[in-house]
Amino acid sequence: MAAVSVRQKTSLAIGERFRRDFRKYWALYLMFIPVLAYYIVFCYFPMYGVLIAFQRYSPARGVFGSTWVGLDNFQNFFQSYYFLQITWNTFRLSLEDLIFNFPSSIIFALLINEVRRTWFKKTVQTITYLPYFISAVVVGGLIVDFTAKEGLINNFIVFFGGEAKNLLMDSSYFDAIYIISNIWQGFGYGSIIYLGAISNINSELYEAATIDGAGRFRQTLHVTLPGMAPTIVILLILRMGSMLSVGYEKILLIYNSQILDKADVISTFVYRKGLIDASYGYAAAVGLFNSVINMIFLVAANCISRKVSETSLW
Amino acid sequence: MMIENRSFSRMLFVTVNTLLMIFLALCCLIPFTHVMFASVSSPAFLAQNRGLVLYPHGFSLNGYGLVFRNPNLIPSYFNTLYYVSIGTIVNLLMTSVAAYVLSRKGPMLNRFFMKILTFTMFFSGGIIPFFLVVDSLGLTDTRAALIIPYAVVTYNIIIMRTSFQQVPVSLEESARIDGANDFVILFRIIVPLSKAIIAVITLFVAVSFWNSWFPAVLFLRDRNKFPLQLILREILINNDITKVMAVREMSAAEEQYYRRLVKYCIIVVATLPIICIYPFLQKYFVKGVMIGSIKE
Repeated sequence: MAAVSVRQKTSLAIGERFRRDFRKYWALYLMFIPVLAYYIVFCYFPMYGVLIAFQRYSPARGVFGSTWVGLDNFQNFFQSYYFLQITWNTFRLSLEDLIFNFPSSIIFALLINEVRRTWFKKTVQTITYLPYFISAVVVGGLIVDFTAKEGLINNFIVFFGGEAKNLLMDSSYFDAIYIISNIWQGFGYGSIIYLGAISNINSELYEAATIDGAGRFRQTLHVTLPGMAPTIVILLILRMGSMLSVGYEKILLIYNSQILDKADVISTFVYRKGLIDASYGYAAAVGLFNSVINMIFLVAANCISRKVSETSLW
Repeated sequence: MMIENRSFSRMLFVTVNTLLMIFLALCCLIPFTHVMFASVSSPAFLAQNRGLVLYPHGFSLNGYGLVFRNPNLIPSYFNTLYYVSIGTIVNLLMTSVAAYVLSRKGPMLNRFFMKILTFTMFFSGGIIPFFLVVDSLGLTDTRAALIIPYAVVTYNIIIMRTSFQQVPVSLEESARIDGANDFVILFRIIVPLSKAIIAVITLFVAVSFWNSWFPAVLFLRDRNKFPLQLILREILINNDITKVMAVREMSAAEEQYYRRLVKYCIIVVATLPIICIYPFLQKYFVKGVMIGSIKE
């Protein structure tokens, strides 16, 4: 009896607190309605929409009217020839990107930080950030043009005695083309965040290191790098969280049916199955599989990092 | 001896490093200069030479003439201007309102709202359900389909919120005593004091609308509504020669002759606005990345 009345009392208090909160802040809540509506409609409705991954979905019947098929879509995917191919392609491209692209910004930040002449530093920075702002279509267009049989790169290959061929038609070159163009577009812009971290390092640390007889190289090793470490770790966690996601935008632009064995990734597969072939349920199942794996990677990376370095996202 | 040695190795490092920086800058610059110089070179030169163009060979504006006679390109240019301007305004309004509400300390639901927003950065329903939701709202093949589903970006809200939190509370309090409501406080006090972050978000959003092509592939069927990037894709990637020229009186041989020139001209036309404003705005981009990194 007593317990019930206590509970009623606190729930009343909470109700009262909410009422006062709404009375005081109703204008703020009113302002927030469009934003909340946006998130509900365009972010949370689609999450609910993953139910179609368990259906033979037809748009005419909707989520409520379509036939439930349990895990059939998942089973079809896992048993299909594509499962291993696109999962491996996604993981491989992502791993190569992590190994080559991720450190490129860090190394570039460390090196540009050693440049003393301000005008030179500013000029190099301005030029190297530029590719980031160029549209995927133009970058794709440049790739297609440069790798064409009569394009720029083949021009060099022929000059050095090689044989010209369309590089985008040969799947053995795809990884290199993809990774190099990623680095080209991202290394400069990616360095900004590390330069920010470097500029926040207390200059007294450098003075102390100089007094201890440390040269520039040892200062970089023992002062600059540790100062950048939290930033690197956070970005690495975020990067790990997307280990099994390779963006479709660029690949959709530069791949072709000749090189699907290397270039087809989960996101492009989902696009083709879902939006071109209209197998909505099947494509949603593949997409859900991808989201869940990414979530697991992110949580795992965060856990490991919290244990090892005390830096974590949450 | 020791010092001598160190200063020598230092000099060696500085020299190598400087050369490396020059090399990297050239790697980023040369594709653009190649395209730019090739676009004004004579078509005869381009038809015969496939190598790197380091300076204009001959001079001709034929390519640009053909580009501007292309009936697809000019309307798509205006479409893109429309999507960029409306999209940016909508985004700025949504982002600043959301950032303002979430930057207030009082409201009890704010922590819940923040959780709702940040969760979407890590998990989404995926592209298929997203497409079906937009489609079921009847937005397919409307201009609104390129704007409303992209009305706000969570990351932008978070960095703008961080910036709004730095405005002194005393300013807000004194305005409230003078009878100002939340709209007045946001647009008369907080926004004018946060010009840097507003500039940053404007640029991020405008550039992303200018460069966006995939939403148009998803949602648009009517060519009259296509943005520039979609027309560019047909010409540069799909290599659709009828779309490249779209000038009837040309023979196949002539089309072949002008094709590369026209492609380069189109890249210049589509990229020049960004390259022109970019050096002036670069410091704001840098600032945006910095503010974003403070929080997380």
